[in-house]
Amino acid sequence: MEKFDLIIIGSGPGGYVAAIRASQLGLKTAVVEEDKLGGVCLNWGCIPTKALIKNAEVLDLFKKGKQFGISYDNLSFDFGSAVKRSRKVALKLSKGVEYLFKKNKITLFPGHATLNSSNRVKVEKDGKLVNELEAKNIILATGSRPKSVPGIKIDGEKVITSTEAMVLEEVPKSLIIVGAGAIGIEFAYIYNSYGSEVTVIEMLENILPIEDKEITEQLRSSFIKRGVKIYTGSKVAETRIEGKNIKLKMSSKKEVKDIVGEKILVAIGRDPNIENLGLEDLKVDTDNGFIKVNKNYETNIKGLFAIGDVIGAPLLAHAASEEGIAAVEYIAKGKEAGLDLNNMPSCTYCQPQVASIGLTEDKAREKGFDIDIGRFPFRANGKAQALEEMEGMVKIIVEKKYGEILGAHILGSEATEMIAEIGVAKRLESTVEELATTVHAHPTLSEVVGEASLDALGRVIHI
Amino acid sequence: MAFKVLMPRLSDTMEEGKIIKWEKKEGDRVEKGDVLAEVETDKANLEMEAYSSGILRKIILKEGVSAPVGDLIAIIGEKDEDISDIVKEGKEKPAKEEEKKEEPKEKEPEKAEAAPKPTEEEKKEEKEEMKEKEKKEEPKKEERKRIFISPLAKKIAEEGGLDISTIEGSGPEGRIIKKDVLSTISKAKEIKPEIKEKIEEYREEPLSTIRKTIAKRLTLSKGPVPHFYVTAEIDMERAIYFRNSLKTLKKEIPVSFNDILIKASAIALEKFPQINASYRTDKIIYYNVIHIGIAVALEDGLITPVIRNVEKKTLFEVAKESKELIEKAKEKKLKPEEYTGATFTISNMGMYDVENFSAIINPPEGAILAVGSIIKRPVVIEDKIEIRNRMKVTISCDHRIVDGVVAAQFLQELKIDLEKPIGIVL
Repeated sequence: MEKFDLIIIGSGPGGYVAAIRASQLGLKTAVVEEDKLGGVCLNWGCIPTKALIKNAEVLDLFKKGKQFGISYDNLSFDFGSAVKRSRKVALKLSKGVEYLFKKNKITLFPGHATLNSSNRVKVEKDGKLVNELEAKNIILATGSRPKSVPGIKIDGEKVITSTEAMVLEEVPKSLIIVGAGAIGIEFAYIYNSYGSEVTVIEMLENILPIEDKEITEQLRSSFIKRGVKIYTGSKVAETRIEGKNIKLKMSSKKEVKDIVGEKILVAIGRDPNIENLGLEDLKVDTDNGFIKVNKNYETNIKGLFAIGDVIGAPLLAHAASEEGIAAVEYIAKGKEAGLDLNNMPSCTYCQPQVASIGLTEDKAREKGFDIDIGRFPFRANGKAQALEEMEGMVKIIVEKKYGEILGAHILGSEATEMIAEIGVAKRLESTVEELATTVHAHPTLSEVVGEASLDALGRVIHI
Repeated sequence: MAFKVLMPRLSDTMEEGKIIKWEKKEGDRVEKGDVLAEVETDKANLEMEAYSSGILRKIILKEGVSAPVGDLIAIIGEKDEDISDIVKEGKEKPAKEEEKKEEPKEKEPEKAEAAPKPTEEEKKEEKEEMKEKEKKEEPKKEERKRIFISPLAKKIAEEGGLDISTIEGSGPEGRIIKKDVLSTISKAKEIKPEIKEKIEEYREEPLSTIRKTIAKRLTLSKGPVPHFYVTAEIDMERAIYFRNSLKTLKKEIPVSFNDILIKASAIALEKFPQINASYRTDKIIYYNVIHIGIAVALEDGLITPVIRNVEKKTLFEVAKESKELIEKAKEKKLKPEEYTGATFTISNMGMYDVENFSAIINPPEGAILAVGSIIKRPVVIEDKIEIRNRMKVTISCDHRIVDGVVAAQFLQELKIDLEKPIGIVL
């Protein structure tokens, strides 16, 4: 029986960041991981998909070559190399986490963890008990896995999830993507760029349903222009294999339709990993499958904490990291942090990118705010013209009386990098006035943030 | 680092102050916020706080001596620090600096403040100190606390009229954030509902064309506030009887004629809100509250403590409060909020054996009531000559907002209220 101050189960962006912070605060920390270090994010999520997206962007740039007066014969590409590169990046980062563990003297226990009691964990490998650990505090950071649609069986061949989608050997001729959240939309972008015939089916009325409607409508037209077929407000029912293809029955208010494709990618959301952890015996409270926690991320069992995807929305890597830090600081210092979800950015890495923070226009109105809206299109920005990246806009939602920045939404080629500025502004409780009077270097895309802020104040310059 | 202690501006009208008593001796340790001295101002005797910590090295202004606002009156510094330069500076007082000191006076906010405010001079001095500090990188405490507040929180606080130095911050490193301001505002609402009342308890009415013309023409004819006066004589027989019976009823709170007048005026003002009003360049403000100022003579002047919300108070409550306020006024212990904000004033010279007089309106109020002595006079009552106790009152009104008839009607009402005083207790 080895004793620790803190045991963390799972080494994704929630678990490994929490472990490092715990070690910084002087806690003797152990991490149990049954797969590769870094969790889904590093190995099967955020990072490898960004590598694939970069490949798609490079390919897009080649396709746009003529606009820049660059021509070539016989453009050829190999999807296999793209996948290989993405795996290399994932591996490198996983090794990076290993290094960070050593540097911070965090003890890693490879294997599957099960809670014996609220402060004891047994670690098993290949069904054999390898360790028993004890700690006053335990953090569950076990993450999530792709969710399946009732009635559609995921076989990993014809019907796949994001995990298979990022290591396909060949680009399918046609791909049906069920679910238009960030994952569905990113794969739609990748495979469309690589020449697949992509159809996206979403049950809700808009693609990227949590984002601002005005922004996603623009993205939708952009995708349609690229040749992606999009059906929203549509449900999927059953599938049937037809030779090399698979047929999917789809129904909306308007029509019932069969769509045929080579593969179906199911990306309708993620289920929390709460099974086989011993949670049932401890009677850990859950809500809709996700572990229930209080504002300090403690479950109903004293000393047992949970962070990241396993506790539910927002299912974002950076949210998991922040929750991990907050939980550890509470454990080590009794500091009640409480994260402000209104300051949690959300990013989708298709092109044009979508990034947002805070409330959408609809949400702000729903909450009864009296609002001003500032908008500015990239088309009117010099740098965007020079880069040939004119798609999209910045939209800022501002509370009228005091100028509080309620939300910001960016659609554009560097949206995910640009949202950070508004994150800082919101974190510091700047009003739109400070954002508008911040000097943005010329020529940069970020000038658009300044102009949108000025627009909210009725003082926009370049339009 | 030595800090100059300057004569603070403790009220909006204060131009000089007299040290009544130094609460600290030379050589005493002083912490920021400690009471340094008691200072007599034009309005009241107030406490002066230290705004820097150190040793009180030198007292320059002795007890009983006055100095203009901004003058060097003491020096706080380190134990063995050389302060001879500053002492010299205090003695020399170049005329140039005097001029500079005049400027900030106009910029002073209207509201009276109890805490010392840094003059331009001090601010400059602070900046220089900061520079020096940066050079030396001395890990010394800042002279004045810098307040960390988010732009959003600051905006909300300003709008809500909150003093940000009173808000406790819960953000990183104690930074004041939106949440803190909102909770301070909601707490203030819970504890002191009158704060909000003060802001909202009136209605505004834009000036009509005829009122604008009247205002313009009458101002041309007679000063910025065109006064007019209406006098009435009131029979005080019943009021005297009424007061005497109240005296036996509640010995512990003796009711004065002035208290009866205050309450009677409030009743009349409720019926004639035109008089409980204030003229502004483009509108008239009609107050929904009745705050009555009572002029109290002091040896060296006059002050008007204010009884708030007279309309909601009983005669005994008014009597108790006025007694306390008058005592405080005489001891010069009134706080700024106790002598500002009246909507109507009563000036009673009854005790000085005056038949009648007219008073000057205390702007921005719209009227003032001047009260003479109760004098026995022959009066014709039901065709018989009787000797009665009579009292003359004269109301001065701002003709830009009130016309003669309203003033007369107000006096009629007041006369009824005093001649049949039972209404005052009902």
